[in-house]
Amino acid sequence: MSLIRVENLSLDIHGTPILRDVSFDIAPGRVFGLVGESGSGKSMTSLALMKLLPDGATRAGRALMDGRDLFALDEGAMCGLRGNDIGMIFQEPMTALNPVRTIGDQVAETLVIHGAARRAEALEIARAKLDRVGLDGTRFPLDRYPHELSGGQRQRVCIAMAIALRPRLLIADEPTTALDVTTQAQILDLLRGLVAEEGMSLLLITHDLAVVAGLADHVAVMQSGKIVEQGPTEALFRRRAHPYTRALFAASAHRPARVPTARPDRLLEVAGLRRSYALPRRTLFGPAPRMEAVRGVSFALHKGESLGLVGESGCGKSTLTRAILGLEAVQAGHIRLQGQTPISPIMPKPARAAMQVVFQDPYGSFNPRWRVARLVAEPFHLLPEWPKDARARVEQALSEVGLTPADADKYIHEFSGGQRQRIAIARALINRPDLSVLDEAVSALDVRVRAQILDLLARLQESHGLGYLFISHDLHVVRAITDRVMVMQAGEIVEEGATEDVFANPRHPYTRQLIAATPVIPAAWMKEPVDAPVV
Amino acid sequence: MLRFALQRLLSLAISLVVASLVIFFVIEVIPGDPAAYMLGMNAQPETVAALRRELGLDAGQMARYLTWVGGMLVGDFGTSYTYRVPVSDLVLARLGVSLPLTLYALLLSTAIAFPVGLIAAARRGSRLDAGIMGATQLGIAIPNFWFAMLLVLVFAISLQWFSAGGFPGWDRGFWINIKALTLPAVALALPQASILARVMRSAVIETLGQDYIRTARAKGLSQRQSVLRHALRNALIPVLTIIGLQFAFLLAGAIIIENVFFLPGLGRLIFQAITQRDLIVVESVVMLLVFAVILVTFLVDLAYAAADPRLRRRGA
Repeated sequence: MSLIRVENLSLDIHGTPILRDVSFDIAPGRVFGLVGESGSGKSMTSLALMKLLPDGATRAGRALMDGRDLFALDEGAMCGLRGNDIGMIFQEPMTALNPVRTIGDQVAETLVIHGAARRAEALEIARAKLDRVGLDGTRFPLDRYPHELSGGQRQRVCIAMAIALRPRLLIADEPTTALDVTTQAQILDLLRGLVAEEGMSLLLITHDLAVVAGLADHVAVMQSGKIVEQGPTEALFRRRAHPYTRALFAASAHRPARVPTARPDRLLEVAGLRRSYALPRRTLFGPAPRMEAVRGVSFALHKGESLGLVGESGCGKSTLTRAILGLEAVQAGHIRLQGQTPISPIMPKPARAAMQVVFQDPYGSFNPRWRVARLVAEPFHLLPEWPKDARARVEQALSEVGLTPADADKYIHEFSGGQRQRIAIARALINRPDLSVLDEAVSALDVRVRAQILDLLARLQESHGLGYLFISHDLHVVRAITDRVMVMQAGEIVEEGATEDVFANPRHPYTRQLIAATPVIPAAWMKEPVDAPVV
Repeated sequence: MLRFALQRLLSLAISLVVASLVIFFVIEVIPGDPAAYMLGMNAQPETVAALRRELGLDAGQMARYLTWVGGMLVGDFGTSYTYRVPVSDLVLARLGVSLPLTLYALLLSTAIAFPVGLIAAARRGSRLDAGIMGATQLGIAIPNFWFAMLLVLVFAISLQWFSAGGFPGWDRGFWINIKALTLPAVALALPQASILARVMRSAVIETLGQDYIRTARAKGLSQRQSVLRHALRNALIPVLTIIGLQFAFLLAGAIIIENVFFLPGLGRLIFQAITQRDLIVVESVVMLLVFAVILVTFLVDLAYAAADPRLRRRGA
């Protein structure tokens, strides 16, 4: 007996096919995982169940719950059902709550609008639900506002809101993607506990195979709007019958072949770096309290070396990165590139040419009105004079990152996320810098694209002897691409060492905690499939 | 919240001091001697000098600034050079027309703009929305004096519901004055309402695209409930900003409408004072307007904080 049964769900938005014949069952009290890359239709499947699709969507198929077809219900009936029978939480807890209303108010609203309780009583239930999701009354009274909470705490509020009426189905759309690993582990624990205690079913949507492996009983793999394979999680993961599943597994475990290129001479030296920010004053004329973002960080990066920097949000790695890029003045300490010019916001332009950066967001880091040739050529402004062979060098840089010279005349919107990141790398490398700062450079990419970009980075390092400072929250990626790694916590480097060493024998408790919190697919599941499919 | 208010109040006081300095010294730089202007072209230099002494124009700049500011603090704005009456009496009488007119127009504009903006946002892309957008475009494009003349033609001359102009004075009763201010208030309100409705519409549309609206819908709120319970308050911030700006503009910017309807308002006073080099009136009225703008900004700041808890923290 299934709680919800989706039959042949197809969806078009303004004529573009989004989903094709999606069918699955979710049993009561079970966790059903839906995995796939971005654009595969996972989120649209969940929004279709909630009937919260964007304008211009046409849908076919059925979704049966208690013998009723959800797709046949009118909007009034759906309003009664949403939040009551089906609860939902989303990826981005920072923006999922109304900033101008208290958390108690927002949790209680679920109860009030469904007529389950009057306001006073609803607030009491809200209190109990917030306690249940781990936000106790002394630290998190009902009159707190969302902006006073961290991302993980906000996601707990969202969960409390979604489970206030004990829905039989909870849909969680990438619930932990925006969270740090340790917070992610806690939220996943909470979801696991809720399913067990409340007898709720969970539809877990994620791109992360390891998260699904740790939580889901059943799993379905989605590709371009279709479910290509589904079954019990362990059996499916071990067998990996469909080539796409196989490709996903290979990509998520991918480690580029790297040739050590590190040389003994120092490329970047950071010594005793401190940076603090003034917080809002507490009294009218008293000194402003300060927040120490970076407290005494020292390290060296050698020529041709790949150095990782990991840490959770708020640990100071962004401030440190900005200081290294010369975008941020520091209060103490110094940064030198190749033992020469001290790096600071007032450093001369040519010094900046020796160091370039690739940022996380492949969509936001380009001017959409410029052609690729102009975007990639931008670092030439740092040179004393514009090179005569600029066009040829742009084309060469594009070829190096796996694009074609003809791409130089296109605009950025004509490229996919992975291609844009390639363009960002081309731009960073056009002046042949000695140091490339890769700031979460592969974090926004799907696993298969991420694997390709990691390969590209490894290849470019080998051919040009580049030094990489690789900043990421993703331990797996850092392990795959770096020689040495530094772990940062609360503004300090708490552990540093050869990457394999640190991962195999973490010494600092925080490093151990990070490694323990990172979800992994059990090693036994990862062996080559026994009954390899005939391709 | 109290601390936030005190902090804003302090910054209000500083702004006033800076503004008074700027106003005083800018007007000092403007050529033209009020004494010479008052006595006409053929005045004897001695007579002019005597009048300058009488008006206190011979004192040093700093001394005159301090006298002016000190006087204002106790409600003494000096004596008008041309009218020969205390400036405070002049200004108070004019404020008695301009302030009610401004509030009336603002009330009308808000009362029109809120529902119109909300409906347009909720029905975005519909014919109704297109119609509202077209109408507000017209409302912004057409100058308000043209509206004023149209209103006079229809409601005063043809229908004879209202008088075509003039202001009876508050001693003649409340409603008769409200009636006299109705046509000018409508003329002033229509363009403002058009602007405000468009701001309201885009603010609501923007909030409707936010994640928390999706969350609200996932909780089971209908489209309408999510607009009223979640989108509206979040959309208020830009709307409050515009209302604050409109107040300041209406208070002194109604000069054309005041002329069309023969209303003795602040706009006309300041216009006359400038043409007659009645600097003390100009200074005082400008200072008063600055005070009004700063005060409104302060109130808008408080309203922001009431609408959005994130702004209640200090320094925000």
